[in-house]
Amino acid sequence: MPLEFEFERPILELEKRLRDLQSLSEEGHIDLSREINAIASKIEAMKIDIFKNLEPWQVAQIARHPQRPNTLDYINILCGDTFVEIHGDREFHDDPAIVSGFGIIEGRAVALIGHQKGHDTNENLFRNFGMPQPEGFRKAQRLLRLAEKFKKPIIAFIDTPGAFPGIGAEERGQCEAIAHNIMLMARIKVPVLCFVIGEGGSGGALAIGVGDRVFMLENSVYSVISPEGCAAILWKDASKAKDAAKAMRIVSSDLMSLGVIDGILREPIGGAHHDYEFAATSVRETISTHLPVLQAMTQNDLLERRYKKFRSMGKFKISPEIEDA
Amino acid sequence: MGWLSKLTGSKKTEIPSDLWNKCPKCNEILIKKDLAKNLHLCPKCDFHLRMPVWDRIAMLTDNNSFVELDNQMESSDPLNFLDTMPYTERIQKSICATDTFDAITCGEATLDGHRILLGVMNFEFMGGSMGSVVGEKVTRLMELAYEKKIPVVIVSSSGGARMQEGILSLMQMAKTSQTIARLAEVSVPYISILTDPTTGGVSASFAMLGDINMAEPGSLIGFAGPRVIEQTIRQKLPDGFQRSEFLLQHGILDLVIHRRQMKSILSKILKLLN
Repeated sequence: MPLEFEFERPILELEKRLRDLQSLSEEGHIDLSREINAIASKIEAMKIDIFKNLEPWQVAQIARHPQRPNTLDYINILCGDTFVEIHGDREFHDDPAIVSGFGIIEGRAVALIGHQKGHDTNENLFRNFGMPQPEGFRKAQRLLRLAEKFKKPIIAFIDTPGAFPGIGAEERGQCEAIAHNIMLMARIKVPVLCFVIGEGGSGGALAIGVGDRVFMLENSVYSVISPEGCAAILWKDASKAKDAAKAMRIVSSDLMSLGVIDGILREPIGGAHHDYEFAATSVRETISTHLPVLQAMTQNDLLERRYKKFRSMGKFKISPEIEDA
Repeated sequence: MGWLSKLTGSKKTEIPSDLWNKCPKCNEILIKKDLAKNLHLCPKCDFHLRMPVWDRIAMLTDNNSFVELDNQMESSDPLNFLDTMPYTERIQKSICATDTFDAITCGEATLDGHRILLGVMNFEFMGGSMGSVVGEKVTRLMELAYEKKIPVVIVSSSGGARMQEGILSLMQMAKTSQTIARLAEVSVPYISILTDPTTGGVSASFAMLGDINMAEPGSLIGFAGPRVIEQTIRQKLPDGFQRSEFLLQHGILDLVIHRRQMKSILSKILKLLN
């Protein structure tokens, strides 16, 4: 049973009334079908109304839902038993906050990487809540190089609160690891598709987010800093996270209008945690549509277009006239 | 007047506070005018204070050789961002206070006769944060270097990405890093100098991607800020944590160089790599 959100309460109350009416009708052999149908359609209308008008902060809550499908959920649905996970950075450690490997999607062999969150406390402790250490990013570097060597396209799943802030992480060069990943990914000579499936938290997200196409699931978020972090710094009050979430423009439609992503993937109403297959199908269809286009390009063309894509991001003015990048 | 001063006949001279600073390390009173002449080093303990952009440029380049590039580029406000103050107002305040348009000053110059492209970040401008302007100026510098095959030197000082430009600031990390990768393809050197402090989105992009990464002594350098780390792990951080010497010891930097030697070591490296 998925956890409930505060903003879902009116729906849940109606659903309870619906269940009560249904059991009353069954037990009492009374025909309540008119009332039942009325409530059922009211519920549908209310769902559409509530979920089409979510505040950014509410979307962030859906994006962080513990039952939301995570990287391995997608990989298992998309690749089934063709997936082979590979481990370790060959230098220090295997970081469970990042998974990497190869698998087959719709008949195509692909390389896969992603941040890995857990669904419960134990899993999350093991996965460090999806917050990578430098060795996680270096494991991703290994995978990127292997993908390039064997000419396999790369599929990246982004779902992290951010890179882990800890003593060991700093000692082993967290900043260098992220910078290196970004630079490597920008020039890797195979097609790269990125999917923000949950939380796209800052540099730790971008570290595996430089792709020819970048997509966001409808209820995912992508931001330069967490709303809580932004609120703590700019408002000096972490409880202003709601305001910060709005001000930073972190939801998929914002990123689409800012030209940062290439498309928004539909989710089942209420969020991807209600129907994993639905969400995975959105991802599969997107891969099937875009990968052949990218694979048909020459290597030079692919790299030049990727360069131009990120080159054009940003807005500034040259006084006195205004100019886009 | 107390008995002691009566006895010694001394009279305390008050120095107006805009004329002096205190050394953050040894508390020595530092007269600002003298400080500039001493490269902003504490005369008593040699502490490296933050150095104003134009003093830095003068220190690293040959006399009058610096020609500024892109000096009219200014932040727009792509998100209409408002926290406790509108972003546009913060920008205007910083422009007035620093007399620069954003957190980096770029140009072409010579250093001991070597042609270089130089970028110097300014922590006084909104914490040296990287938004679209810093990203674009660094990118243009790298692209010019690619085209003309001139080595690049960037002096970083930044708290990270600029929150007020949201996701566009984050994307500047990708934008700048990819130009460095392209520059590497034509074997043009890029030397990164990290100064106090260099953290967040700047340390996790172009500042850590030099062919040679070096830092001034005692500079705070890292991904996460020390306060964030302390709050996350609920543990006090060891002395010297995230300082240049710590990073050197852990193999993350190539060199830690005293400010007085910075120009001569750059000159040596340029001669060796070019």
